Amino acid sequence: MNALHPDVMNRPTTSGRSMVEVNNLSLIFEANDAPVHALSEINLTIHKGDFVSFIGPSGCGKTTLLRVIADLEQATSGEIKVGGTSPNDARLNRMYGYVFQAPALFPWRTIRSNCALPMEISAQSKTHQHAQIDKYLQMVGLQDFHNKFPWQLSGGMQQRASIARALCLEPELLLMDEPFGALDEITRDHLNIELLKIWEATGKTLVFVTHSIPEAVLLSTHIVVMSPRPGRIVKVIESPLPRHKTLALRDTDAFHALASEIRQALAEDHQLD
Amino acid sequence: MQRLKSLTQHTGFAVAVVVLALLIVWYMAALWMNGQQLIMTLERTQQPWTYLEIVRNAYGIARPPLPVPHQIAVELYNSIVNQPITSRRSLLYHTIITLNSTLLGFAMGSILGILIAVGIVHNRTLNASLMPWVIASQTVPILAIAPIIVVVLGSINITGILPKAMISMYLSFFPVTIGMVKGLRSADKLHMELMMTYNASAQQMFWKLRWFSAQPYLFASLKIAISAALVGAIVAELPTGAQGGLGARLLSGSYYGQTIQIWAALIMSALLGWFLITLVGLAERWILKRRGAVL
Repeated sequence: MNALHPDVMNRPTTSGRSMVEVNNLSLIFEANDAPVHALSEINLTIHKGDFVSFIGPSGCGKTTLLRVIADLEQATSGEIKVGGTSPNDARLNRMYGYVFQAPALFPWRTIRSNCALPMEISAQSKTHQHAQIDKYLQMVGLQDFHNKFPWQLSGGMQQRASIARALCLEPELLLMDEPFGALDEITRDHLNIELLKIWEATGKTLVFVTHSIPEAVLLSTHIVVMSPRPGRIVKVIESPLPRHKTLALRDTDAFHALASEIRQALAEDHQLD
Repeated sequence: MQRLKSLTQHTGFAVAVVVLALLIVWYMAALWMNGQQLIMTLERTQQPWTYLEIVRNAYGIARPPLPVPHQIAVELYNSIVNQPITSRRSLLYHTIITLNSTLLGFAMGSILGILIAVGIVHNRTLNASLMPWVIASQTVPILAIAPIIVVVLGSINITGILPKAMISMYLSFFPVTIGMVKGLRSADKLHMELMMTYNASAQQMFWKLRWFSAQPYLFASLKIAISAALVGAIVAELPTGAQGGLGARLLSGSYYGQTIQIWAALIMSALLGWFLITLVGLAERWILKRRGAVL
């Protein structure tokens, strides 16, 4: 098993392979009583085509780090490059797609019209919009529900629609903040496999926030283990599992070994507290 | 027994009972008030009278202190059906005059209210400077403002429907502004962030998100605004010597002691208000249904 210390990840990047590069990044929220160190000296490189999971207990800054990448939050110090530019430029160039914990569909729009929203904003042609929507609704298995309103769909279907909406803009980078956190385990398993299929089919870079160890193990090529107070990276683990995965993988020794390594990394840090 | 139970649980039954109770109270009160007036008149002229006569005549006085429903109904029938609509004696003629200035004032007030709200929500300076004035505007009694507006506009040769509509506008913009500010600010934080990730412009943020988030609030405000516009139109007709309109009808009725005419105009303005609010309600249903709401 190939465990990389954060410092090792701070190596100079080879050619243009890196999608996200974070150097010595810190984020401090000014609160009334004492400042909160949401992120402390983060170093991380995410390569193109990787599936990277941020895992850790609540308050460890995993969502904050994702939001910094998305330019929804600004770092206090340090450097960050997304697709070779600043997060702000990346956002202005619509370089990434963001999937929130909640589906965040507009209730007054049908599923089709919800998927059209980002393309309407970037002023793409109607024919292109329809082609994209058909393609990605098909991919998430919602082609028969395109004229339904969000409330007519289950939670899992709504979240699939929100993934399709993010894919419609063809972003190179997909940022997902606990997208399946609110779903039951059966639906979650199903959507994990679908997400893997989409990732394999599109070759996108995926950054995925989760607090489920099995989910992180099943999905990722790299697992970033984080810890709270201050929010920091304790370990970056490169998965020895094959890129092409199935649910059956969960019963293998390699899967369990990786899960226990993550669990250990999380536990070790807690003893330091 | 079963049939009686299902009858009492019917909403129509409950309404009918309340209406019946009201009618009984009304007729009793009319008998008492009109009867006393009759007795006073008879005693002043020193004519003999009996209680039976009083009861018989109490509901037939031409200018009773309290007219009874059937007198008002007859007056409504006569002044609506038996008069050509172009006649100043027709109640419909006056109703249409009031309706016109109500609708014009409502339209102007709604647009003004929405524009002020958009300004307040999008501009920090306007938020700080405009809101106190918006609120202060409603603390000034409309009865004091109405003649001033009519006189000022009259001096620059603006007469007719516009001064009345301005007074309606003055009353109806306020609930629209308050509701729209609240509505435009009610946009979901997650939806706002989603729009940010798409690099949406302020205009796109407005037309694709805020405008839709505000619609339920807007319709609640419009219902208040349209009834306020009606009050404004009627008030505008009262102190300004207007020749037509429900307000003028109310005023002339009180000049000449035509109580039945006053009550008929009152009922008519209530019906008009109900009709206008229903109209806004229908528009609301239609629009919310189009956006997929379950009604």
